[in-house]
Amino acid sequence: MSFELSQVGLAHANGQRALRAVTLSAGRGERIAIIGPSGAGKTSLLRILATSLRPTEGRVSVLQANPWQLSGAQLRQLRARIGVVHQSPPIPPRQRAITAVLAGRLGVWPWWKSALSLVYPADIAGAREQLARLDLADRLFERCDRLSGGQLQRVGVARALYQQPDLLLADEPVSAMDPALADLTVSQLHSEASTRGVTLVASLHAVDVALRWFPRVIGLRAGEIAFDLAAVKVSDSVLRDLYASETGTLPTQDNQPFDVAPATDRLRVVAPPRII
Amino acid sequence: MALRDPDAAGRALWVAAALLVLWPLLHIAQFNPAELFDARNLKVMGGFVGQFFPPDLTGEFLQLVLKATVETLAMATAGTALAMLLAAPLGLVLSHSLSISRIGPGPGRGFGEALRALARVTLLVLRGIPEIVWALLLVRAFGLGPAAGVLAIAVTYGGMLGKVYSEILESGDTRPARALLESGSGRLMAFFYGLLPGASQELASYTVYRWECAVRASVIMGFVGAGGLGQLMDQSMKMLNGGEVSTILIMFLLLVLLADAISASIRKLLA
Repeated sequence: MSFELSQVGLAHANGQRALRAVTLSAGRGERIAIIGPSGAGKTSLLRILATSLRPTEGRVSVLQANPWQLSGAQLRQLRARIGVVHQSPPIPPRQRAITAVLAGRLGVWPWWKSALSLVYPADIAGAREQLARLDLADRLFERCDRLSGGQLQRVGVARALYQQPDLLLADEPVSAMDPALADLTVSQLHSEASTRGVTLVASLHAVDVALRWFPRVIGLRAGEIAFDLAAVKVSDSVLRDLYASETGTLPTQDNQPFDVAPATDRLRVVAPPRII
Repeated sequence: MALRDPDAAGRALWVAAALLVLWPLLHIAQFNPAELFDARNLKVMGGFVGQFFPPDLTGEFLQLVLKATVETLAMATAGTALAMLLAAPLGLVLSHSLSISRIGPGPGRGFGEALRALARVTLLVLRGIPEIVWALLLVRAFGLGPAAGVLAIAVTYGGMLGKVYSEILESGDTRPARALLESGSGRLMAFFYGLLPGASQELASYTVYRWECAVRASVIMGFVGAGGLGQLMDQSMKMLNGGEVSTILIMFLLLVLLADAISASIRKLLA
């Protein structure tokens, strides 16, 4: 098991409930998309898996460990094995792309190596390789405040890839990208997952990206799991129910209308994830 | 329902409360601006300021002033440098944005909070006692001379810098550091990779400002025998030589100007 949640609930300090009775598990190498309207609890769920939030109730097990029973040192080691792509990349604007990517290994590097890397980058080739996968190799030494929103988001992805985690969590990893770059980025997350046997969980705003790329799709609504299905089984009516309170059209990466073909058709139409 | 700001009443209440507290305080401090413009007082003050002109610019005295300036600069710079050494670790310990145990909260929370409380108390004691008291105390150990002044500045300013460092580290964007801590990074590296890039300008300019204050504080140290411009001013004052005092004051203005220029260029460098 890569992670296991049982009856997990989360209430924020102001009493607002973010999650209730979420039971969910995933095996090694699974690729899961989480979709749902805004405020459904997608980010909260990912943050619980990332061990950055402690659930109010229920049991959590991540990479065969209960994070909240570990010692400080063990918890740090566990966290170094979990890679997170944040929706708005938490990267200081004055930092260079290479430093931002190399920061992915701070959890495993000894402190003196991290310190020396501030004087002269410790692994230029490694950082360049990850940025190149996302078509950003030429921005290696660029300062992050000179990058566009979509480029910065890819630097954040490159950092998580450079970390070489065993569990890769992505919170709206492509929200600031156009459809082509979104596809490239998601494909790289997938290739990382399949080549290294990493479990990938991504929350996505765009239903089309979720259905095209992820074998398993979880619908989250008002803090509860609305459905947990193989992508081919996700039907139009299931999606309409999930987004019932929104505008009526399903959210997509390119903002074009999207209709789910009947499941039987899509079995033929949908290509398996392209591994680049 | 009318469109009204629900917080307006609360704001008004706080402003009223602040004024209510301030008014008696002004009375206790015997603040009466009218006295400033009383004819008799104006004459006395005018006479005092009049003694300052013209400034004493004779070569012999200028030489004394230059020598004292170098001494003052050395005292302020050494004191501020030592203060930084003292403040940096305390500020890092104190800032919540670098707390690993707060995430969750996780293990070691009690220890972390205890350490923070200890750092807070240490800083409080360091800066709570005025530098002149530290100087008077240290003069007894080191004897007359700049060493006591340097240490007095180091101790007091270490306390002030540590407090402000930790506040600067908490006021900016703390998400980068938190994200690094959440991926297993240690505290110190989360600071270097996550907080320093965003906070370096503020940290540097506040430190330079404190250096400027240290230059002024060294005058007071001079009055208790720690050397530098302060001691020179003390002598000039005692001899009622206004011209010399005004020369020293001009030197001070130049030093403050210098501090301004240094601060501006460091900010530009770090931008």
